[in-house]
Amino acid sequence: MRRVYLDHAATTPVHPEVVEVMKHYMLQDWGNPSSIHSFGREARAGVDEARARVAALIGADPDEIVFTGGGTEADNLAIKGTAWELRNKGDHIITSAVEHHAVLHTVEWLEKQGFRATYLPVDGYGMVDPGDVEKAITPSTILVSIMAANNEVGTVQPIAEIARICREKGVRFHTDAVQAVGQLPIDVHALGVDMLSLSGHKIYGPKGVGALYVRRGVRLTPLLHGGAHERKRRAGTEGVPGIVGLGKAAELARLHFDERVAHYRRMRDLLWERIRERVPEVRLNGHPTERLPNNLNISVLYVEGESMLLNLDMKGIAASSGSACTSGSLEPSHVLLAMGIPHEVAHGSLRMTVGVSTTEEDTDYVARSLAEIVERLRAMSPLWNARAR
Amino acid sequence: MYSQKVMEHFTNPRNVGEIPDPDGVGTVGNPVCGDLMKITIKVKDNRIEDIKFLTFGCGAAIATSSMVTEMVKGKTLEEAMQVTNRAVAEALGGLPPIKMHCSNLAADALHAAIKDYLSRSNGKKAEDRGEEKT
Repeated sequence: MRRVYLDHAATTPVHPEVVEVMKHYMLQDWGNPSSIHSFGREARAGVDEARARVAALIGADPDEIVFTGGGTEADNLAIKGTAWELRNKGDHIITSAVEHHAVLHTVEWLEKQGFRATYLPVDGYGMVDPGDVEKAITPSTILVSIMAANNEVGTVQPIAEIARICREKGVRFHTDAVQAVGQLPIDVHALGVDMLSLSGHKIYGPKGVGALYVRRGVRLTPLLHGGAHERKRRAGTEGVPGIVGLGKAAELARLHFDERVAHYRRMRDLLWERIRERVPEVRLNGHPTERLPNNLNISVLYVEGESMLLNLDMKGIAASSGSACTSGSLEPSHVLLAMGIPHEVAHGSLRMTVGVSTTEEDTDYVARSLAEIVERLRAMSPLWNARAR
Repeated sequence: MYSQKVMEHFTNPRNVGEIPDPDGVGTVGNPVCGDLMKITIKVKDNRIEDIKFLTFGCGAAIATSSMVTEMVKGKTLEEAMQVTNRAVAEALGGLPPIKMHCSNLAADALHAAIKDYLSRSNGKKAEDRGEEKT
């Protein structure tokens, strides 16, 4: 049976060249990078090279890169690290209602520790208004954290504008760019952000490794204490295989940037066009143009998300949904709700994110399969039947 | 996540649809929380002669709707009223704990349909006897 993976926002396969580099640092140059001897130096060279590669992808200097155990840890380090470092300066944090839980739950936890937070609303497309950021800043604001692009609906946030406002007001600005890296051009010095999170397994690198860009001069209280690793910002012997894997993935993302982005956009647009041709009463969630090239998030009216996913899975197609039944809680995706999407429409949401491996034939197969599935599920749906009358 | 029995009822649900001139209708749930179930029944000699369902909901919701209709077709109204949500889940070989709430609607919709039938037929009997409707 044909298998079509359309959940690249959840994770990506590891690129074979990345695997090769990782193997080398497990079978050959496996020393501890902190050791003085040649075994250590070999491993250290690999880490340095990876650091330079990650820096090059986002326009940073190598010593502004802190390797972490993933995007979530990078978010935690940026936010908690700032809160503890600047708590004598202020206690107010600004973020948005559509952030990833790694940001939201961290900020919520800090509120329990006595900090104050503002969760900015978004418009119907899921976009933050820079004017709202400006209005929310107070003399006790120590951090603004707004994601570069949303993982659920792909909406791209006006980061450059927000960074400018934060700079003018002297407030630190962090952006969770976990989904944006490799799809949107990022130059941290040109953008003027203070910190930026990224993750390996979203860009054809391994899981369990990520990085936080920290602009020179920005101080953080570390999450992990211990050795002086990562310039005393993240203790623990470097996860060399993961780090060199991330480095290689970053290099490939930079070298193949244009062709990948063009491919994602083409496949995603084809998929949407074909679905629209075959499935009536579907609507796009998120901004029509300011969205990640690989992201298609739609709502199929009168049908529920998990039942669509199960049916798609039986046809070898992998996707995700923002419905309550797939969220693990009783609520649909907080992102869709923040956008003002009615519950029943959020329940019928389907997120499909294309990747390097997606083909035209895949888009045709998925559109045809989805049409069949939706027809069957609608025949069973009291909402569809009530409407037909 | 789901047992084979659940997947079987999900892929080949029984009794899908709507009885054109039903003796009882039960609609429970709420698309706001993600589930809506509508059960229609035909009653003859105190038995469920025919039963159909329509469901907007996840795999567990569809499977439990299908199972409950299969469980009570041909049974008396009393027997059908005894069927619980838990019994439906057990008949399906169990559901993951996180999905149990999705299964709550099936038996409830059935009972609502039976109650609807009973209240209609009581009204009709009262009419026949020339009594006023309360």
